[in-house]
Amino acid sequence: MKDFNYHSAKDSKEASKLASSSSAFLAGGMTTIPSMKLGLATYKDLIDIKNIKKLSGIKVSGKSVTIGAATKHVEVSNSKDVKKAIPSLSSLAEGIGDPQVRNRGTIGGSIANNDPSADYPSACIALNATIHTNERKIEAAKFFKGMFETALKKGELIEAIEFQIPEKSSYQKHPNPASRYAIVGVYVAKHKGDVNVAVTGAKSCVYNDKEMSKALAGNFSSSSIDGMDLDSSEMNSDMHASADFRASLVVTQAKKAVDAC
Amino acid sequence: MGKISLEVNGRKVEKEAPDNTLLSTFLREHLQLTGTHIGCDTSQCGACVVHVDGNSLKSCTALAADVNGSKVTTIEGLETNGKMHPMQEAFKKLHGLQCGFCTPGMVMSAVDLLQKNKKPSDTEIRDWLEGNICRCTGYQNIVAAVKEAATKM
Repeated sequence: MKDFNYHSAKDSKEASKLASSSSAFLAGGMTTIPSMKLGLATYKDLIDIKNIKKLSGIKVSGKSVTIGAATKHVEVSNSKDVKKAIPSLSSLAEGIGDPQVRNRGTIGGSIANNDPSADYPSACIALNATIHTNERKIEAAKFFKGMFETALKKGELIEAIEFQIPEKSSYQKHPNPASRYAIVGVYVAKHKGDVNVAVTGAKSCVYNDKEMSKALAGNFSSSSIDGMDLDSSEMNSDMHASADFRASLVVTQAKKAVDAC
Repeated sequence: MGKISLEVNGRKVEKEAPDNTLLSTFLREHLQLTGTHIGCDTSQCGACVVHVDGNSLKSCTALAADVNGSKVTTIEGLETNGKMHPMQEAFKKLHGLQCGFCTPGMVMSAVDLLQKNKKPSDTEIRDWLEGNICRCTGYQNIVAAVKEAATKM
């Protein structure tokens, strides 16, 4: 791994002051460190944000669950408050990677990285999340821009993610048996008068499947999406699954999610 | 370069190390604690698992700098007065290893499991060991060893 300067920031202000065009924020490091070791990313400065107290913790209000950006997956999966308010979010966190990854990896890191197969981006889309940064609030629908690309500007730091508590929800994934990343993951959330079907792993970026959302808003039953023939032309195709198989998996996992709601 | 201060296996250590030093490198090359193994070096195999402030992590995917000030336990820190830890005893008794390369990580991961779940089921043990890969045993005896250790810890 190439050399860099390590900084531990005391607060968001210091963190963004240290940021430059050749720096990265470091939280759990579960993607940043392997990427640097493999030479896929190099930085002059790594700015550690996990000691910023304000960035960790979970708050539940009547309508929403707000999770600090540096909160670890294990904290989300073990939180009684999250389990009660949005059980599907807690089980999503429990299904990420392995225990050692969950002991280090953070929710802010996951969404800032926006891996096309990551779990958390689908939760943000399905649960109408608002991403709070040190500069502004961004709606999830406008946050995830493309493969590994977000609306974040250089030096902009995610501080918290605010999820809307749905009436019912479930996340179902067909994981890669080795990495536990989603080959396809579908997060179904039924809100008052609206249904979101957020899909991860299938395309280059997480998305809300409008066709299925509409069908489920009309009749919230797995029968209303049974046999739906999704367009696979933009779907990923690799050694793990072809585009057609992924299109079929999206429907299967969505049906499973609806049935589990 | 920065100063790394850790408590490793109950002993305070302080050493200068470059900022890009991984925790695994710090333990093996700066402290000569070579019981922590480097297998895949890509945070998948789990041979490098150690405990930091009571939780298991993969030391090949953590910087020494970013665990600065923590308490670290490695496989060398499990024995007491020359006596093996019950988990090590159980691995030995039930042949939970063959070549032994993955064993330090398996043992450290399994000890963390029993700290959090005193009586895990077979499924819970297998789920927990998701991040530890063994290419010899087929896992049966590892799971049996963890169950045996659970009766002794």
